[in-house]
Amino acid sequence: MIDRGVRDTNRALHWRGNGRVKLLEGGRTSKGMSRRAKTVSAVGATLLAVSLSCATQPGDWLGRRVPQTQHGAAAMDYQAREYDKLIPPADAAQVPCRIDPHIWDAFVPADNKMTVERVALGKKLFFDKRLSKDGTVSCATCHDVTRAFTDQRPTSEGIGDKLGRRNAPTTMNAVLLQTMFLDGRSPTLDHQATLPIINPIEMGFPDGESAARAIAGDVEYQQMFKKAYGREVNYEDIGRAIGAFERTMVFLDSPFRRYLEGDPKAISADAKEGWRLFNEKARCVSCHHMSLSNPLGTDNRFHNIGVSARHQDFEELARRGLKALQEDPSERRLEELALNTDMSELGRFMATKNRSDIGAFRTSMLLNVGITPPYMHDGTVTTLWDVMDHYNKGGEANLFLDGGMEPLALTEKEIDQVVAFLFTLTDLRFAEENQRQMRLQRAQALKSRPLRDDQTANRKKLAFEDRIRK
Amino acid sequence: MKPRHKSVETRYMEERQAFFDDLKKLDRRSFLKVSAAALGITAANGLVAPTSFQPVKLAYGATPEGGEKSFRFAYISDSHLYEKDVNDRFARSLMRAVDDVNRLEPQPDFVFYGGDLAQLGQAAELELGAQILKNLKVPLKIMVGEHDWYLDMGEKWQALFGKPTESWDHKGVHFVKLLSVIEEDFWTARGMKPMERMQTVAGLDNGVQKPFTVGPDQRAWLKKDLEKLADDAPVVVFSHSPLYKIYKNWNFWTDDADEVQAILKRFKNVTVIHGHTHQMLTNRIGNIHFHGLLATAWPWPYAPEGMPELTVQMTRPDPFNPQDGCGDGEVCVYSDGMVDKIHNFWNRNPVTVTRAYMSSRGRQSGPAKPNRPAY
Repeated sequence: MIDRGVRDTNRALHWRGNGRVKLLEGGRTSKGMSRRAKTVSAVGATLLAVSLSCATQPGDWLGRRVPQTQHGAAAMDYQAREYDKLIPPADAAQVPCRIDPHIWDAFVPADNKMTVERVALGKKLFFDKRLSKDGTVSCATCHDVTRAFTDQRPTSEGIGDKLGRRNAPTTMNAVLLQTMFLDGRSPTLDHQATLPIINPIEMGFPDGESAARAIAGDVEYQQMFKKAYGREVNYEDIGRAIGAFERTMVFLDSPFRRYLEGDPKAISADAKEGWRLFNEKARCVSCHHMSLSNPLGTDNRFHNIGVSARHQDFEELARRGLKALQEDPSERRLEELALNTDMSELGRFMATKNRSDIGAFRTSMLLNVGITPPYMHDGTVTTLWDVMDHYNKGGEANLFLDGGMEPLALTEKEIDQVVAFLFTLTDLRFAEENQRQMRLQRAQALKSRPLRDDQTANRKKLAFEDRIRK
Repeated sequence: MKPRHKSVETRYMEERQAFFDDLKKLDRRSFLKVSAAALGITAANGLVAPTSFQPVKLAYGATPEGGEKSFRFAYISDSHLYEKDVNDRFARSLMRAVDDVNRLEPQPDFVFYGGDLAQLGQAAELELGAQILKNLKVPLKIMVGEHDWYLDMGEKWQALFGKPTESWDHKGVHFVKLLSVIEEDFWTARGMKPMERMQTVAGLDNGVQKPFTVGPDQRAWLKKDLEKLADDAPVVVFSHSPLYKIYKNWNFWTDDADEVQAILKRFKNVTVIHGHTHQMLTNRIGNIHFHGLLATAWPWPYAPEGMPELTVQMTRPDPFNPQDGCGDGEVCVYSDGMVDKIHNFWNRNPVTVTRAYMSSRGRQSGPAKPNRPAY
């Protein structure tokens, strides 16, 4: 039901006014504005910067040394403090700024209403490495506050330094998506939050009970669970609490949003041209629906754009996937195949068994896209320029390619303009990191553009031509 | 303590478990036992994907009604090619179909092309098509569509592909290919140039062009060609336009269809396979079973009237996906002349219209109903 509600509401989302704009412009506060917004505004746009995979040393940001913990993540207590600067605890359980309270209700499950206690519990759990079997991995290992709530690595590292197959999606604004995980196999935030805990290469507990047991002896947890849910420590409530905490991570206040709200100076001329291209020649809007009422930039659907076809015999993989599932269609097998084997490349298909979903992944949301490299479900695309190169040539031909993929014939200038637009979608709290990312990615793109294919982009050579040649 | 209400997650997990339990029932061994008809339903529900991945044993299972599956061929149809620098989308689509068919395992016996290879019958368009189709791994059989014909009255097409009308036998099944798009001369009296004639034929809803016919010459030829066959001989007929009458304004219509049907009447089962309508289209008139082909170029909406009851309509294509509703497919031919028709939609699940569905007049083994409304 929740799922349905979210879907219906998302179409007609009406995001609340421009409180923070007024505050920044005139120092006035509007009635609807939360305390959280005020505090954040006071902190200003000076906030986060992040260590980047493709450039600076991990653990270096804002010119400071960040204390490190296992798997290259920023130390958990450090992250927790940085988080508090972004979202002051007193505001955390409130309706996020810029979302209409009635709309917000649709995103909050009936059995997990937002309370200060639940968010506090979720926060403790989110940063707690005890939720992994060897005590080295927390949610924040891969959803690192100092790395835009992802890890900015191609794929993530779990217990025993095992590498997964998929790029960690940011938890920023994840609450506003209709399905969870890149293949959408989980329906809610609360449900998905439980699954990495029992995934053998992420946090590695054999089952939910043993995960709950690992923290059940902690008196503080016992009290917090009682206060938050009126129950003992248990696996389902671990998911609910983490879900509640993740619902606080709403970051919508981008320069582009201010532009849409009527400030013509909020974005550059290039970015404006990029926005036009986004809706026209570059065809982005076909899947990345984007407006004031639906600011995420995703259709919440699943498309095969050919990213995985680049690296392997995709048809053979699909054949093997079908065979494996016919032999053992259990859910455990599915989870295993989905994350630990090449089958992960089959994407949405692993969840639905629909041929039409082979190699399809959910359209990424575009908010904050500039600061969450590398890109695509497997993190194989390094910069936003590379992303544009991929689309410019109409994706990678394969038998299951989405029919909306067309060669775009974008010029270099047009690509720069779309990229300039994409960098206006970052929340202002990350402005500094956004600037840095833009610099780093541009430098990287000047060095190398591995996916660029002007022949195909300009239809001198057609997709499938090489594939069928005898 | 058990919670009184099931959470969303619990219900989700339960549904999921039920789904997997169902899948388990279809283990490998029982898979091999289920009839081809049942496979069709399973496939239509998306539980297994046939076409490219269909294991040999599944495709060649025995059927409940005795007819043995004898072979299978693939189809591609209605590509409407322009020259590449005018419009390359349709060329890319045809290439996609060729790639698709080339990756079928095992390979089909042959590929049948359903007509309208070109958009305006121009030499460059037909040559482009011939060049792309050359990449098929198995032999090609190809039929004329009106878009191939009316610029030069079939001169180029015949130079490239041979006779527009012919018959042949394949593994005990008699195949007939007709030129069903013959129009009465409307151009001479009007002094139309070849391209004007072509563009008139290519148009819809005009009062100028005449309806398609097979014509008396071909009907006589057909009668003679079939003479030697016994009444229970399996016969498959290819015609570009449907050999029955749906909607005249769009030329979803063959004017002498009744006469052609009369020639086919004495056989126990006849399968007619037609292009032209760019959609899932199924009909049965007495002993004759009609199957339409998907196009690679674009899907047509369904005609406002004359829709056959047996047709399960495909749903409205996604406007953001120019290839939605397009595709290619396969035809599994049985020794009794009936077929399982597999529509391989590119961005949807495949749909199988089974012979059991046809022989029961739609009472059994129906293709999965789409979950979105049709047109």
